[in-house]
Amino acid sequence: MNAKLQTTGSIKRGNVKHAKSVKRKILLKKMKQNWELYLFVLPTLVYFFVFQYIPMYGLQIAFKDYIATDGIWGSPWVGFEHFERFFDSYQFWNLLSNTLLINLYELLFDFPAAIFLALLLNQLTKLRFKKLVQTVTYAPHFISVVVLVGMMALFLSPNNGFINNIIVFFGGDPIYFFGESAWFKPLFILSEIWQTTGWNTVIYLAALTSVSPYLHEAAIMDGANKLQRIRHIDLPSIMPVIMILMILNIGNFMTLGFQKILLMQNDLNIASSAVIQTYVYKTGLLHAQFSYSAAVGLFNNVINFILLLMMNQFARKMKQQSLF
Amino acid sequence: MAQNEYTFHQSKVGQTRFDKIFDIFNYVFMSVILLIVLYPLYLIVISSISEPTAVNAGDVIFWPHGLTFEGYQMIFEDESVWRGYANSLLYAALDVALALALVIPAGYALSRKDFVGRNVIMFFVVFTMFFTGGLIPTYLLVQDLNMINTIWALFVPTAVSAFNLIVARTFFQTTIPDELLESAKVDGCSNTRFFLSIVLPLSAPIIAVIALFNAVNQWNSYFPALIYLTDQGLYPLQLVLRNILLANQLAQQTDARLDPTLLAAQRHNAELIKYALIMVASIPMLVLYPFLQRYFVKGMMIGSIKG
Repeated sequence: MNAKLQTTGSIKRGNVKHAKSVKRKILLKKMKQNWELYLFVLPTLVYFFVFQYIPMYGLQIAFKDYIATDGIWGSPWVGFEHFERFFDSYQFWNLLSNTLLINLYELLFDFPAAIFLALLLNQLTKLRFKKLVQTVTYAPHFISVVVLVGMMALFLSPNNGFINNIIVFFGGDPIYFFGESAWFKPLFILSEIWQTTGWNTVIYLAALTSVSPYLHEAAIMDGANKLQRIRHIDLPSIMPVIMILMILNIGNFMTLGFQKILLMQNDLNIASSAVIQTYVYKTGLLHAQFSYSAAVGLFNNVINFILLLMMNQFARKMKQQSLF
Repeated sequence: MAQNEYTFHQSKVGQTRFDKIFDIFNYVFMSVILLIVLYPLYLIVISSISEPTAVNAGDVIFWPHGLTFEGYQMIFEDESVWRGYANSLLYAALDVALALALVIPAGYALSRKDFVGRNVIMFFVVFTMFFTGGLIPTYLLVQDLNMINTIWALFVPTAVSAFNLIVARTFFQTTIPDELLESAKVDGCSNTRFFLSIVLPLSAPIIAVIALFNAVNQWNSYFPALIYLTDQGLYPLQLVLRNILLANQLAQQTDARLDPTLLAAQRHNAELIKYALIMVASIPMLVLYPFLQRYFVKGMMIGSIKG
């Protein structure tokens, strides 16, 4: 032990160059020893290079006029033309506000719902009942979006849907839910809450199990009731987890749920269901305007990335948990 | 609230009167949630085996009306549904095989502390969680690789994700003790041999997690098929489902508004088949649900330890 300390000390004091070369030698030796490990990761690296990084490289068509025969590299540069066209298009503000609103509603309603449910689930003392609630509320997570939207279409059908039957029964007029713009966002958010809330409690519940029971015992001794203990012990304990998930959610701010939106979308509700991503799909793949829609998609990605960085910075400033 | 702070019952340690009321509310609330989640699912089940006229009239509320399996029979005879079913199973199997082949060895290598360059590689991988090329460049890549309208387009671009790799790496970091490797090295065991005969046999849980994650994702996805496939013979179940459940739905509603009587007979069959179809498509999930729940939760736990 003593000898070891002395040698490291002498290296620091004496010959820095020598220390560096020794380090490099050790590194090289390790690399040589573990050459097989490089083969283990090689296929995955190639995979990520091809399917993630080549598309990133391909993003340059957003600044070009993509001509299929010339390929990505050979097409002529046009600068910010496509971006300007998008910003000037009559749909721009509508697309942006729909995208932001849907995600804002998700953050306001869907995100806290899971925290709320987890805190209450954690208070259930009959473990079998708790297990039952978990098993049931996790289930919708495994239903596909197609089935979910199919179920909504069936239940909300204006002719004979379950919901409209109830409305008619109480003397109301049937509502064509899928055909009215005003209903699109509430339906989207409500179905999202129905499908995801249970599953989203998983991480919070795990975090809650690590809350020290001594804190609760001490609080009970001081006469705190359950609500006070939730408010002052449980909630602060899972705050770091909440922050991390919040950052991740905001990082996906403009991507979430677009496949479901696409399924729920039709000509009648398009005014409130058109979001940037469905627009990218329609202009890009249905109308083959590759460069223009790639520019729109890039705009979306960049906003996402900026939001993520801002949120992370904010969390750091608040001395909360941050991603990096 | 303030007065409750002083009611301290020794019999039920720390239970205040407020707590009892709270508990009652909590149990009632949870029961309501159970109902809200279960009822739509239950409604699908009973509607699928009821007479469509009764379903349409709104008579099917608590139990099936006029028991019939006609809907299931019609699905049995529908070739596109069965082809979709077989296709989806095949795609899920291929997706899982590709993911496992890449993720397990790579995840293990990245878990090794003596693997020089692991942090650089991890950054290279994790970066893709936050920034991607997006829909159009990915589509063009698939086109350039001549995968449009082939089964490869459906699972190759999506099989391996950064999340998969993080989960696998964390699993190996926490389950393979360093001492095991040390002693194997002393005995002259190579990395490959160590991986094959010691790490792999210990990897059953992570294999299950990744296999189920990918199988469920693949089974539930429709979007890649929508954009990459034109050949209906290759359609996975979800796309077949979408075309029956939703495309039909819209046409029907707009038509029905114009002329409600015209499509009445056709609608009778269409409605009948929809509920049964949702059931048939969900059977694999139902069967696997106990495993799904367990391993998905496990995967989430491992994944959330880091990253």
